[in-house]
Amino acid sequence: MGKTIIEKIFATHTRDVVEAGNIIWLDIDVRSARDFGGPNVVKNYEEHYNDTPVADPERTFFTFDLVAPAKTIKYAINQSLCRNFAKKHDIKVFDVDAGIGSHILMEEGYIIPGSTAVGTDSHYNIVGAVGGFGQGMGDMDITFVFKTGKTWFEVPSTVRINIEGEYKFPVTAKDLTLYILKIIKTEFGLGKAIEFYGDAVESLPLYGRITLLSMVTEMGGIIGYIPFTDKTIQEIKKFTGVGEFPIYYTDIDAKYEREITIDISGIKPQVAAPPYPHNVIDVDELSDVKVDLIYIGSCTNGRREDIEEAAKILKGRKVKEGTVLSIAPATKRVYRELLLEGVINDLFEAGAIIMNPSCAGCAEGHIGLTGEGEVSLNTSNRNYPGKQGKGKTFLVSPVVAAASAIKGRITNPEEIL
Amino acid sequence: MKIKGRVVLLVDKEGKLISNVDTDQIFHNAHLHITDIDEMGKYALGNLKGYENYSGLARENDIIITGHNFGAGSSRQQAVDCFKALRVGIIIAPSFGAIYKRNAINSALPILECPEIEKYVENRLLNKDDIVTINFEEGRVENDKGEIIQCRKPSRVQLDILKAGGLFNYGKSGTPRV
Repeated sequence: MGKTIIEKIFATHTRDVVEAGNIIWLDIDVRSARDFGGPNVVKNYEEHYNDTPVADPERTFFTFDLVAPAKTIKYAINQSLCRNFAKKHDIKVFDVDAGIGSHILMEEGYIIPGSTAVGTDSHYNIVGAVGGFGQGMGDMDITFVFKTGKTWFEVPSTVRINIEGEYKFPVTAKDLTLYILKIIKTEFGLGKAIEFYGDAVESLPLYGRITLLSMVTEMGGIIGYIPFTDKTIQEIKKFTGVGEFPIYYTDIDAKYEREITIDISGIKPQVAAPPYPHNVIDVDELSDVKVDLIYIGSCTNGRREDIEEAAKILKGRKVKEGTVLSIAPATKRVYRELLLEGVINDLFEAGAIIMNPSCAGCAEGHIGLTGEGEVSLNTSNRNYPGKQGKGKTFLVSPVVAAASAIKGRITNPEEIL
Repeated sequence: MKIKGRVVLLVDKEGKLISNVDTDQIFHNAHLHITDIDEMGKYALGNLKGYENYSGLARENDIIITGHNFGAGSSRQQAVDCFKALRVGIIIAPSFGAIYKRNAINSALPILECPEIEKYVENRLLNKDDIVTINFEEGRVENDKGEIIQCRKPSRVQLDILKAGGLFNYGKSGTPRV
């Protein structure tokens, strides 16, 4: 019987039989811990493995992307604990200036198509965008992988989503993603590998693939894949700086556990309203909601193109008084590109706060929090109660975020285009 | 392994098990700097409306029953370890978030997937404060009237890690057969 993409990647990283439902020992190519989880990894490691060496220091990393730079003494102590451990074990640290760990490890060519990677980041499955296997794991798992280079894993079954129809700007990959979430919620994909097919997804550039596949986490999925096109392959070569890598496609006779078709024709800009990422409605239904805090960035929408799309709308306009707009590029590379292109200047002149590359709004308080009754609009991936303060958090695309910043309320970009 | 304890239902105002309880509701990101397990207990469910005070009321061997996709969201192990700190006996849900499930198994916190559990709660065959007994290996819950609720049996790796007392001890014997 044919194999799916995840089964093919696993088959090159285990001696066990790769079949949905089987538990296998999986060799891990790349592992990292962040400033969340990292100190717990260090503590676990020293308690259980003492001074013994890690399995492969050259493919083991710390990435400080959450509380970056440390805003409290407790986080400063935690980061310092990781830095000392890294020094002792000759492990590279992408420190508080570097940006989002999963993005950096792809940009630097450590995570490439066909590789396996794990980290203390639930959106690590974002590496599905470059055709790798990535998985967020807790600090025990990551400690174990630091030491042994492998972990146990249940081979997930694969489900298939066919996307029919097209969308056009100002609808973006984020709206497509939210619309899919609205339809499938969290049960269809829970614990599964999800493959996406159809022109609308297969024609997505890499940054759009990153948006959709990062939010497989909110669909409950293990990882998601969109088959590569020639354009994707060229983009990944440029993105990772690596010219040669394996490329896997699902076999024609492979078996999907379930399959659904979603028609996206005519979808409008979407908003995920609290309390769940899958609680998605048309942006027009919320156009009277005043907005206090807006954040553009995150692993889901922090690439150069995401921020450029927002900047095109903000250029020559002003953020509404009473609304705060914060923007954080995903990585230093993205920041530099935006700086050289003059985009940072446009955003600054529009009245935005430009933050250092990091996970920014996804860590408590790093871009500010909402008070009781306040509203935050966010291009990230979660809007659960209390995550970003006492107020309500809505998830949108960078384009909707930018239009809403100008109007000071949730706004369909068509209103100002 | 037998677990006998008091039922704690995570339910909404209508008495329905809450689905998609995410890790920020279980262990809020304001406390992620904590690395000492004993210190984690007091924040368990601290951001879940109606259950903010759970840690002060928790009893050893509590049997927490909740809805679909419990532990959605982040990879934080603290969302599992806070229950270990409170000596919670087991968490039962129709399904768990994928990362949460792994973390619970690795930490040797017993969990059972029980697709039928909502029905039993709706029909009041499982109520708050009931004392129930669980045969973990068999995935069997016995309520105080002697009725049996069959959950999915735990996998071998889950049983082996639990028996070893967690992932680290489990892995010390090399590469056990999975």
